[in-house]
Amino acid sequence: MSEPRVKIRATGVSKTYISPSGESVLALDGVDLEVRENEFLSIVGPSGCGKSTFLYLVAGVLDISGGGIHKDETPIRGPGPDRGLVFQHFALFPWRTVIGNICYGLEEQGVSRPERAERARELIGRVGLKGFENVYPNQLSGGMKQRVALARTLAYDPEVLLMDEPFGALDAQTRLLMQEELLDLWSEKKKTVIFITHDVREAVYLSDRVAVMTARPGRIKKIVQTRPPGSAAGRDHVETQEFVEKVNEIWSLVRDEVVIS
Amino acid sequence: MVAGAGRSGHLLGERRSPARALFLGKYSPLIYMVAAWELATATGFIPEMLLPRFSDVIVAWVRMMISGELLEHALSSLWREAAGFSSSVAFGITTGIAMARFRVLRDLFEPLLRLLFPLPKSALIPILIVWLGIGHLSKIAVIFLGCILPVIVSSFNGARGVDRHLIWSALIMGTGRRKLLWRVIIPGALPDILSGTRLALAVSFVLLVGSEMLAGNTGLGFLTYFLSEAGDLAGMFAAIFTLTLLGFLADRLYLRVMRRILIWQQEGQG
Repeated sequence: MSEPRVKIRATGVSKTYISPSGESVLALDGVDLEVRENEFLSIVGPSGCGKSTFLYLVAGVLDISGGGIHKDETPIRGPGPDRGLVFQHFALFPWRTVIGNICYGLEEQGVSRPERAERARELIGRVGLKGFENVYPNQLSGGMKQRVALARTLAYDPEVLLMDEPFGALDAQTRLLMQEELLDLWSEKKKTVIFITHDVREAVYLSDRVAVMTARPGRIKKIVQTRPPGSAAGRDHVETQEFVEKVNEIWSLVRDEVVIS
Repeated sequence: MVAGAGRSGHLLGERRSPARALFLGKYSPLIYMVAAWELATATGFIPEMLLPRFSDVIVAWVRMMISGELLEHALSSLWREAAGFSSSVAFGITTGIAMARFRVLRDLFEPLLRLLFPLPKSALIPILIVWLGIGHLSKIAVIFLGCILPVIVSSFNGARGVDRHLIWSALIMGTGRRKLLWRVIIPGALPDILSGTRLALAVSFVLLVGSEMLAGNTGLGFLTYFLSEAGDLAGMFAAIFTLTLLGFLADRLYLRVMRRILIWQQEGQG
């Protein structure tokens, strides 16, 4: 059996930043992680462990202090549309309408106007935003905003989807709904996803594998296979004995770290 | 639930009609004040040496309007106001954003700005008259220098305050470092910039009138001062009314343009 291809490879990644008070803080210390092509991998860990920082390093919007991150065996240098980033607080351009936001990446890629309109229309339908094309983000609810952000990211078709607690600011019902929709999109579009979350159940539900990080300075403590290779994602296995066991296993790993930090 | 798409379409119209209906209601206290003014002066309760009758002020206003005197001075003031204000806005926004983007410029200008910020800008009037004479130029320069600080500061803060996640999103989607300025920094800074320039607009009228009173022989500020010296109180009040009206209209116009530009800030019931 052939090993699945590695999409993102992080080796010995460390990150030091200067705090506002002037001292240097070690946020990440030797993170080793391999994310396979088309895999859904979540990272959980105590607050402040550097999981978001790690994601920003993969996105290339922060500079790495030590070690290396490769995508398809090529070192990552700076941000690019091959790695889309979705934020907890959406980061929509408030001065652009829904359709303006979704088309932004396509404009920057030099996609022609008719093609942009075509692609945006399709995505708007896909994420359930029909009728809201010309509304500004300020007039949307959190769930709608995150749909726009998701559509904006999918519009330029990145190979890797980096998600920084994307549903963390949503209410419980919207959150469940968005999780399902994300899984649908993921199985349909086949992308490599790195998903940051606080919510262990969310991680187990969504992911093929869950990586648990230690308290700061963050390292990968353990990686747990949450979905047997080849099995379909979906609501079906929630509340099964196996699901609950996985949640408990990961939660106890996270808990030890929360207690430390 | 969420505000529908149709909502944003008639927001403007929706706001306009109640505003018009409200106009009388909102400004009706003025009518009582004017009536009290007229009554107090007509009965001699307040001597006319101190306060002219309101009706006399209106008569003076109409007389000066017909003679063209008022218009001539008003145009002179308007020209100074427009030139001084617009140049300070253009220069101030550029400087503020440049300072936010380039560390060197910030380090260079910040001490100067800190020093000048608390200076009452009217103190600049005499020196500018000495340098630039008593004509248009010294007044324009006073307005320019007096207004530029709030514009620089608000543009600087606006540009610095743009959410880094917006910048990151743009960079990821392929916006180059240069284009970032137009695509993200300036639109993101606009709300701050526009409220800073509104403050500057108010300051500009103060400086306009102040500088016109101190030197020269044109402008509504000069006219006000001249008529008070001449003892023509009704005429003086007519000039002040004109100034008030211009300032009021300028601010209303500004607000309207600002709302138009910042239409995206309208919030729905989320």
